[in-house]
Amino acid sequence: MSDEKKLAIIATKGTLDWAYPPLILASTAAALGYETQIFYTFYGLQCLKKKLDLKVSPLGNPGMPMPMGMDKWFPVLGTAIPGMEAVMTMMMKNKMKAKGVASVEDLRDLCVESEVRMVACQMTVDLFDMNPSDFIDGVEFGGAATFFEFAGDADICLYI
Amino acid sequence: MANFDQELDASGLNCPLPILRAKKTLGGMESGQVLRVIATDPGSVKDFDAFAKQTGNELMESGEEGGKFVFLIKKA
Repeated sequence: MSDEKKLAIIATKGTLDWAYPPLILASTAAALGYETQIFYTFYGLQCLKKKLDLKVSPLGNPGMPMPMGMDKWFPVLGTAIPGMEAVMTMMMKNKMKAKGVASVEDLRDLCVESEVRMVACQMTVDLFDMNPSDFIDGVEFGGAATFFEFAGDADICLYI
Repeated sequence: MANFDQELDASGLNCPLPILRAKKTLGGMESGQVLRVIATDPGSVKDFDAFAKQTGNELMESGEEGGKFVFLIKKA
């Protein structure tokens, strides 16, 4: 066990697009034999909920490709129109499905199956009045020291 | 094409699913057995090479067949 490589990830973001990098890297690392831990903090905690409601927003994201080249001519303020987020989220999910990209739920299941440890930041759970029973089974709770206990001798450490 | 013991069709799946499925399938196989993987993700060519190098499973063949990528992996 001790000669296994280790990957430590801090996941801070709670949008549909940013839920992916930690899960893709963690699941792949596990498949390559890494012992892997993801420390979810702040908005990243959204990714631990049993019932995921992750969205992607075009607002303030000039790098996001939009249909009909809208990212080139559509006014930035227009991306704040009510319903825009829901439409973009639906389109993104459909596109991912069409391209054979796993859903966040599926990737997360694959991580859990391959024994990726998921730690929820206790401080931010309390800060946001989140209910631990809303989280998937197997989530551990801890603070910064818990993170360093694992990350201290990790081979790779990522902040996402 | 050499013989194989099991086949995994990962057509249509994108990164990292072909690798994850392959890993899972290999997990149920015996050492020395050969897994044939079919994929359509162009990124899988480099990824299976990297997967083999890091896991010690041997990538016996990596090629293209009828517009799809085909890999033969021998379980370590």
